[in-house]
Amino acid sequence: MAANPKVEAVGRDLRSGEEYRLIGTAFRRVDGRAKVTGRTQFADDLDFPRMAYVKLVRSTVPHARIRNIDLSAALAMDGVLGTLVGAELPDKFGILPVSEDEHALAVDTVRFVGDPVAAVAAVSEDIAHEAALAVKVEYELLPSISSFDEALRTPEPQMHDYADDGNIHKKVSLKFGDVEEGFEEADMILEDTCYFEGNTHLAMEQHSAVGVPEDAGRVTVYSSTQTPHYVHRALTKVLGLPASRIRVVACSNGGGFGGKSDPFNHEMVVAKLALKLGRPCKVTLTREEVFYCHRGRHPVLMHLKTGFKEDGSITSQHLRTALDGGAFGSYGVASTYYTGALQTTTYRIPNYWFEGARAFTNKPPCGPKRGHGTPQPRFAFEVHLDKAAHHLGIDPAELRLRNLQPPDSVTANWLRIGLIELRECIEAVVRGSGWKERYGKLPEGRGLGLACGAYLCGAGLPIYWNHMPQSGVQIKLDRSGCVAVFCGETEIGQGSDSVLAAIVAEVLGIELEDIRLCVGDTDLTPVDLGSYSSRVTMMVGHAAMQAAERARDIIARAVAAQLRVSETELVFADRRVFPAGDPDDGLDFSAAVVAAEARYGTLGTTGSYIPPRAPGRYRGAGVGPSPTYSYSAAVVEVEVDPQTGVYDCRHVWMAHDIGQAINPVLALGQIEGSIYMGLGEAMMEEQVFRRLPKKLSAALVHKMPSLLEYKSPGFHDMPGITSYMIESRDERAPMGAKEVGQGPLLPIMPAVVNAIFDAVGVRVDQVPATPELILKGLEAKARGRPARVGPTRFPRVDYGTPVEVPTPEQGGDGRARHDPKHRGLRSASGTMKDRDEALKERRSATLTTA
Amino acid sequence: MLRLPPLEFRAPTSLDEALASLEGGGANGAGRVRLVAGGTDLWPNMKRRHQQAGTVVSLMSIDELRRIEQTARGLTIGSTVTLTGVLRNPAVRDRYPGFARAVAAISSPPLRNMGTLGGNLCVDTRCTYYNQTEEWRRSIDYCMKEQGTICWVATNSPRCWAHSASDAAPMLCALGARLKLVSSAGEREIPLADLYRDDGIDYLGMRPGEILTEVTVPNDADSEHCRSAFWKLRRRGSIDFSVLSVAVALWMDKHNAVSRAAVYLGAVGSSPVAVDTAEELLVGKTIDEDLIAAVARQARKDATPMSNTDFVPAWRGKMAEHYTHAALCEAAGLPVRRQAPKHGLTVV
Repeated sequence: MAANPKVEAVGRDLRSGEEYRLIGTAFRRVDGRAKVTGRTQFADDLDFPRMAYVKLVRSTVPHARIRNIDLSAALAMDGVLGTLVGAELPDKFGILPVSEDEHALAVDTVRFVGDPVAAVAAVSEDIAHEAALAVKVEYELLPSISSFDEALRTPEPQMHDYADDGNIHKKVSLKFGDVEEGFEEADMILEDTCYFEGNTHLAMEQHSAVGVPEDAGRVTVYSSTQTPHYVHRALTKVLGLPASRIRVVACSNGGGFGGKSDPFNHEMVVAKLALKLGRPCKVTLTREEVFYCHRGRHPVLMHLKTGFKEDGSITSQHLRTALDGGAFGSYGVASTYYTGALQTTTYRIPNYWFEGARAFTNKPPCGPKRGHGTPQPRFAFEVHLDKAAHHLGIDPAELRLRNLQPPDSVTANWLRIGLIELRECIEAVVRGSGWKERYGKLPEGRGLGLACGAYLCGAGLPIYWNHMPQSGVQIKLDRSGCVAVFCGETEIGQGSDSVLAAIVAEVLGIELEDIRLCVGDTDLTPVDLGSYSSRVTMMVGHAAMQAAERARDIIARAVAAQLRVSETELVFADRRVFPAGDPDDGLDFSAAVVAAEARYGTLGTTGSYIPPRAPGRYRGAGVGPSPTYSYSAAVVEVEVDPQTGVYDCRHVWMAHDIGQAINPVLALGQIEGSIYMGLGEAMMEEQVFRRLPKKLSAALVHKMPSLLEYKSPGFHDMPGITSYMIESRDERAPMGAKEVGQGPLLPIMPAVVNAIFDAVGVRVDQVPATPELILKGLEAKARGRPARVGPTRFPRVDYGTPVEVPTPEQGGDGRARHDPKHRGLRSASGTMKDRDEALKERRSATLTTA
Repeated sequence: MLRLPPLEFRAPTSLDEALASLEGGGANGAGRVRLVAGGTDLWPNMKRRHQQAGTVVSLMSIDELRRIEQTARGLTIGSTVTLTGVLRNPAVRDRYPGFARAVAAISSPPLRNMGTLGGNLCVDTRCTYYNQTEEWRRSIDYCMKEQGTICWVATNSPRCWAHSASDAAPMLCALGARLKLVSSAGEREIPLADLYRDDGIDYLGMRPGEILTEVTVPNDADSEHCRSAFWKLRRRGSIDFSVLSVAVALWMDKHNAVSRAAVYLGAVGSSPVAVDTAEELLVGKTIDEDLIAAVARQARKDATPMSNTDFVPAWRGKMAEHYTHAALCEAAGLPVRRQAPKHGLTVV
C-alpha cells in the first residue's frame, strides 16, 4: 500500500516501533533560545506596578513555644507596608493528606532554626530586609532532637501529635514470602550496616513567588514550583478561598530536583499579603533560606541482611531503614516506603522483608530529592553485592547478571515489571570500561567499581485519592495552522516543554515552530500533577499523544472527504496531509485544518492518562508501582592517594535503559546531570547540623547554609563521561520513551565506593566517602584491622507487627494475609490512606472538576 | 537576596583624598569607616552583617595603586592590582612561579577579576561560626569575633581562632615580600610577615588611618635565585578557600646546598604560620628526602588546624605534613609522590 514505508510509518501507527521523523533527533529545545538569551521570565524576574517586597522572619531557635512577636519596630520603619503572623493563617497544609502539619507561619511552636514566624512587606527589598531584622520574637525553649537516635530516646514532648509512636513519625513493616526459610536455604548470609548522609538539591534558582491580587477577590500566585496543582490545593485550604478564585502559574524553574515539589510557606504568605495589602507581593529566598526549605535527601541508616546461594542467587533479604526526617511530614511517609519499595526491581529477591521508620527531628524537613528514598537503599544493596561477589568469588558484574529480574514479571512485593534492558546496560559499561581486563588488576591506588539501579517512570498513584487523570492535554487548532497545546506540566529545565511539543509535532507531521505551548497555569491548562517521580514523559506524553491523535483523526476525516480518498491512506508529514500512494495530491497542514474547521466547526481535542492499576492490594502497595521502570548501570574509575585518602574520579561509564530517547541531547544532559549530582553525593555533599556545648547554648544550626561552604562539585571535579543509551522501546511508554531524569543517579554513589575498594582495599560503607574516612580505613588496614569504615551499630527500633503478604510465587493475590480491612481494596495513594478514609476525602478531589 | 545596610560610599581619585576620608571615623559599628578594594570579601561580609561600616571608601579609582613596576629592589605591585592583573603580568609568571601558582589558586576566575592583591593580603580571617548571616549568628548568640563573647571553636579560649584565609600571604611571606603602608602621618615599609598577628580578631598589625599601597617581591626571590612551590588543599578544584596551604621558597648555593629557606603554612592559624625550624634544618645542607621528612614533621607540629572550616582538623594536620613534604620535594626538584591538587595548574 505504501510507496514509501518510512513516510507511512510517520502518519500511521506510531506505536509500531518504526522510524520517527522528529522523535529521536537532536532538535533544539523549544525554550532554549529564550533561556540562553535571558528572555525567560523566572519568578524573580516578574515585576508589577506597586509591587511590595516580602521577607520572612525565621526562627533562631530549634524548638520553642512562641511567647511574643513584637512587630512595632518593623512597622515604625518608613516604607514598611504591613506584616503577617501565623494567627492570620491558622489552617495547616502539607503535600500529603496524611501529614498536613505545616503552618504558613508558625502559630504556637517553632520546630527548627529557619522555621518562618512572621513576614514583613515593604516598598523595597532593602527595607524589607531591615524590617525583618527588627522583628523581636520571644521564645520559651523546648528540648530539641538532632538525630534518629535522639528521637527514639525522646518520645516526649511530641513534635507532632499524629506521629506513629512518640517522635517516630512513621513505621512500616512489610514481609513478602517466607523470609526465614529463605535464609535457611542460603549458603552464605551477609549483613551490612550502611549510612547515607542527608544532602540538598542545590538548584541554581532560589525559590521565588509573587502573589497578585485580581478583580473579584481572586488571587494569582506565580511561583518557581514543580507542582502548581498541589500548590493550588494548599492555597485553597490555607486562604479559605474556593479553588476557582485562585490561580497558580508555574514559572520556568531554574532547576528543581524535587526541592520545589512541596507547597511552601512563602507561597502562602505572598498570596495572603497580596490580598491583605491589595498589592502584588514578591518574595525571593536567600540561599540560606533555600537550605531551610530543604525537602532534600533523608539521612538514612540502613541494615541489610541477604542470603545467597553458592552460585550467587539471592534467597532472601531483610532491610531495615532509619530515616531522619526533619521537622515536618513533607513527603516523608512516601520517602519511608521508598527506602524499601524499589529494592526488588533489579534482581530477583524471592523473599523480602522491609522495615522502615522515619523520625521527627528539629531540623529542616527532608523530602524528595532526585531518586526519592531510593538512592540510600540502592547504595547499601550495591555495596553489599560487591562484597557478596568477593566472598563468593564471582565477578561483581557476573553476580548481577545472574540475578536479573525477568521482564514482564511481578516482584515479591507485587510490582509489575515491564521491559528490562539491565543486561544490555551492564554489558555496555563492562565493555566500555574494559572491566574484564582491568577490574582487580589495576595498580595500587587505581580501581574500578560497578553498580546498577532502577527507577520509576512516574508514580502509579497520585498524592491524594482520586479517579481523575494524572495528566491532561488540550489541543486547539485553527485556520492559521498554529497548534496551541495546553497542559499543566512544569518545565524545570529537564525539557518537558520540548517533549510535549515534539510528541504533538510528530503525530501531526508539523514542525516545532508550528506549536504554541501554554503550560503550568491552573486557570488555563488541564491538570498535570507536576514534575516529580519522573512522570512527565510517561504521563504528559501519553496525554499529548492521545490529544494529538484525536486531532489527527478529525483532520484526516475532513481531508479524506475533500480528496475523496480513504482516511487510512493519509500521511501527516512535512507540514502536509497527503495520501501515501500519491504524495503530490495532498493539502498543506493549514489547509487541512481549514477543511476540518469548515466541516466540523471550531476544533479542539483533549487527551489524558491514568496509569494502569498495580497488582498489589496490601496497605503500602501504593508506593512503588509505575507503568514501567528504567534501568541503569555504571562503572566508575577512581585514583586514590594511599597516603592521604585524597581521591579523584577519573572516568564514568553510564548505560541507561531509556526505551526511546525523545531527544538524545536532552537525554544526555539528564544522564550527565545525574552523574554530576551523584558524584556530589558520593564524594562531598552533606546537609549537616551542629549543636554547641549544651551547658552554654541550646543552638542546633545548619553547619553551612551557603553555596560556598556546602560543597558540591564544580567543573574541575568532573571526570570524563561515556554514556550509552540503550534504546528498546517499551510499549507501556509513549513512543516507547522511559524516564531518564533520575535513574542514572542511582548507581553512582555505590560505584564510587566499590571503586575505592578496588583501588586501595578499603570499604567505605557510607557517603559522602571523604578522604579522611578513606585514610582511616587505610590506617586500620596498616594496623591489621578490618579495612572498613562506616556505621557500626543499628538502633533497636520497634517497627511493629509486619504486614505479611504472600508473593506471586507463593500463589498470593497481592493481598496481605489475615487483613480483612484491606481485602480487595485499592490502597489508596502515595499517602497510604485506607480506602474508607480516602473516600471521605473524595470531596476535596472535586477541585479539578469545579 | 541578602541586602547591604544603608551606607555612605566614597570613591576618591587620589591617595591623599582617601587618607583624608579615613580621618574622624569611629573604630567600630555603624560609625566605622572601612576601605574596600575589589569588594569580594567586604561586601558579602557586610551583607551578612558581621563586618559593619557607616562609610566605605573605595581605593579602586586611585590610579597610582594600580601599577606594576620593576624597581631596583624588585617587582612592585600596587595594592589594587586585581588578582587577574597579577596573573597576566609576564614578570610575575616568568620570575615568580610559586607566587603565580598561589594567586591562580585563589577562588575562581570571576572573583580574581574583581579581587585585588592588597585585598587578598588583608582578607578577613574566617570561621564557620563567623562567616554566617546575622540571623544564623543570632541563633548561636554570636561569637567572640563579632558581638559575642565566646569562641565556639574553643569555648574556654580567651582568644579568637578564626583562620587566616589568604593564599598570597604565605607565599609572599616565604619570598620575603615587603609592604608599603601610608598614612597622613607618613609612610613606612615592613616585611609582609610582620603585618600579621596570631589573633583571629586583631589579625592585622596596621595602624589606624593606614592604607596598604604596594607590595614588593624582591629580585633575589625570583626564579633565577630561588625555587618556590605552593600547594593548596581544598575540597574542590576552584572557588574554595584553603583549608591548608604550604608555601616553600628555597635558595641554593653553587654547590647545591641550601643557603636560605622559608616554609609558611596558610589556613592553619590566625596568621600565616612560619615553620621556623625549616631554616635551621636545611641551611648549609644538600637537600634530601630525610631532611624534607624532618621539616614536614615539624610543619605538622606548627600547624594548628581547628574545627572552623571544611574537613576535620586531625586530617588537616596530617595533610600539613604530606603537603609540606610534597611542596619541598617539588621545590627541590625531587620526585613528588603525592596526588597533586587538580587546581592551580593553569595560570591564566
